Amino acid sequence: MADITAAEKSPANTAEGIVPFEPKIIGFLCWWCTYAASDMAGTSRLKYPPNVSIIRVMCSSRVDPSFVMRAFAEGADGVLIGGCHPGQCHYISGNYKTVARISLLKKMLSQFGVEDERLRLEWISAGEIHKYAKVVTDMTEKVRKLGPLNWRKNFEPK
Amino acid sequence: MEETSEKLLKLTIDGIETEAREGETILQVAERLLIDIPTLCHWKFVKPYGACRICTVEVEVHGKTRMVPACTYNVRDGIVVQTRSEEVIKHRKMLLELMLARHSQVDVVRKLAHEYGVDTTRFEEMPSEQCINCGLCVRVCAEVVGANALTFVKRGTERYVSTPFEGESETCIACGACAYVCPTGHIKVEDIRGRKYVVSELALGPTTPIHIPFAAAIPGIPVIDAQSCIHMQTGGCGICSKVCEPDAIDYEMQDTFEEMEVGSIILATGFKTFDPARAEQYGYGRLDNVITSLEFEHMSHASGVTGGALVKEDGTEPKSVAILHCIGSRDKNFNEYCSRVCCMYSLKMAHLIREKIPDADIYELYIDMRCPGSGYEEFYNRLLEEGVHFIRGKGVEVSSAPTLATAERAEGKKLYVRCEDTLLGVPRELPVDMVILSVGLEPTADAEEIARVFKITSKADGFFMEKHPKLAPVDTLSDGIFIAGCAQGPKDIPDSVAQGAAAAAAAMSLIDAGEVALEPITSVVDEEVCTGCKTCMVVCPFGAISYDEEKHISVINDVLCKACGCCVAACPSGAITQRGFDDAQIEAELAALLMS
Repeated sequence: MADITAAEKSPANTAEGIVPFEPKIIGFLCWWCTYAASDMAGTSRLKYPPNVSIIRVMCSSRVDPSFVMRAFAEGADGVLIGGCHPGQCHYISGNYKTVARISLLKKMLSQFGVEDERLRLEWISAGEIHKYAKVVTDMTEKVRKLGPLNWRKNFEPK
Repeated sequence: MEETSEKLLKLTIDGIETEAREGETILQVAERLLIDIPTLCHWKFVKPYGACRICTVEVEVHGKTRMVPACTYNVRDGIVVQTRSEEVIKHRKMLLELMLARHSQVDVVRKLAHEYGVDTTRFEEMPSEQCINCGLCVRVCAEVVGANALTFVKRGTERYVSTPFEGESETCIACGACAYVCPTGHIKVEDIRGRKYVVSELALGPTTPIHIPFAAAIPGIPVIDAQSCIHMQTGGCGICSKVCEPDAIDYEMQDTFEEMEVGSIILATGFKTFDPARAEQYGYGRLDNVITSLEFEHMSHASGVTGGALVKEDGTEPKSVAILHCIGSRDKNFNEYCSRVCCMYSLKMAHLIREKIPDADIYELYIDMRCPGSGYEEFYNRLLEEGVHFIRGKGVEVSSAPTLATAERAEGKKLYVRCEDTLLGVPRELPVDMVILSVGLEPTADAEEIARVFKITSKADGFFMEKHPKLAPVDTLSDGIFIAGCAQGPKDIPDSVAQGAAAAAAAMSLIDAGEVALEPITSVVDEEVCTGCKTCMVVCPFGAISYDEEKHISVINDVLCKACGCCVAACPSGAITQRGFDDAQIEAELAALLMS
């Protein structure tokens, strides 16, 4: 990642002018909590950036770390994983396994030079719609500042 | 009757011919015939002693008459007994005169003497002693209780009852049996010294070791408290088994654990009330006359300790009562949720106080009045008309002295309740006689353990979580396990009953259906790929994965699998897939989302 220059991180200059960088974030959301929160945030007409694309999973513990790696590899700038609060997992202890896996994955990603903010694990219960909106807004802004990850481009054979 | 083999003795008492068993005393026979013989040192559960001699009767054996105490004299064949002959009365009168000389202030002696027309004594009067040396206490302690904590000291006229070496007895279990049998009221249990001899339903009021656990207990059968029962402690007493006619007392009975095989389980494990001692500002346990709503219920109950009378610690009636809402509820320091029932039961308490003490000043200190439900708002309106003072503002502190300069002053010992009256916009301090804390509802202490045992989930507040708040309100994530009542969250009686009925119906429908519908989204093991590492078994929260010893692979039980997919992500060889959420499907979703 050392060859990413400051120019590449800033918004792309094209002939048409400056196109602002819109981060692409993949959200793996637990069906029982964060997914429901995102649903309700929508029906409650909360305003938050549209940058998170959601993949519904039954439990955050279904998120294989390889999904995160693949998401980055295929062009995602950030990955959000949403699960139930500790002690509230619908599957008793799935979220604890997620914590273990994601902390290990974060260690690995930092060795690859991927910034910590690009992978985020949040506990958002079905009722915490404002927290969901806040997390999405905050993460989008942080990843926007970091700029594109550009893994796909960097790994493509030159 | 199978007493034919036993030899019956014939005797005559006061002209009545009767029969007695070998070993029976005259007193026992007389009691059976309802012939009154006065006694002072007799109690049927201890051995007769013959100390007071007041039961003296005249017995004629083979033509000779003798004066004998009825309590110790065993019946012999052919005797003739006179219980009220002139000679007997003369003897008793003399005995009473002697007793009066020494115990002129003892009620039981004076009363008995008066019955016999003895009001003065010819003997030299000594300073009146309360103890009549009947020895009942000594015998009860030795024979019934088995503690041997009391004994006679010295002899003759100097004889008196004391503890061994007149010190504090180590064997005394503070059962109070001596005080109970003492005919003169000389013995009192003054200091229990931390030894609990009564058990109580709540902190209020004592009950005996044998008690019905609470007023509406089902089954309403008395139990023996092993901690305070004398028989359980010393092996003595056993009086209950002697008086119980159906012979229903069983000291050998132990707690038993029974295993039952069932198809579905309804968890209705209830709640516990918030312990107001955790919120020190309300002075619960520190200040007199600060009680919880449950203690108020206990007191106002007609069969409660005070017989339904509302009293302060000093036994007088409170003239002003403050009811503080939301204790432990809607409070960021304790529980953030609303306990739902407190507003209504606080109104009920105010109504009960108004009914029992019509001129009392009653204050309800509330954050919001929450009275949703059939007839609830109407009840609130009724209370408004009953002249209860409603103050919108949570009671924040209870103290024994006013702290605000603007506090309303009052005569006598009062409690001061501080609050902000948000409708007037002023801080207030109310002087009242009694404070009732409307405590909120909390999950039971073992709710977490129950959730773990039954593999169900809990909410952040600790109450059990339903499968879906609207579509499956009594189901849980574990099939066949249902929840009802306050175990699921605070609710009042009608709601609890409704939910209980719903849970019963849901359980019945499972039985009725005879088969179980399963979630289609389960995990499956690819037998060809599984290496048998057992990683999946470790992560499965439902114990749905077992190991096939023959094939050396993991096997997923479709009935137990709840489809979290945890094992799929954990499987190092990629042998497990989740139906509807397999790796290829999720990766395809990813690819589609990231196409642009």
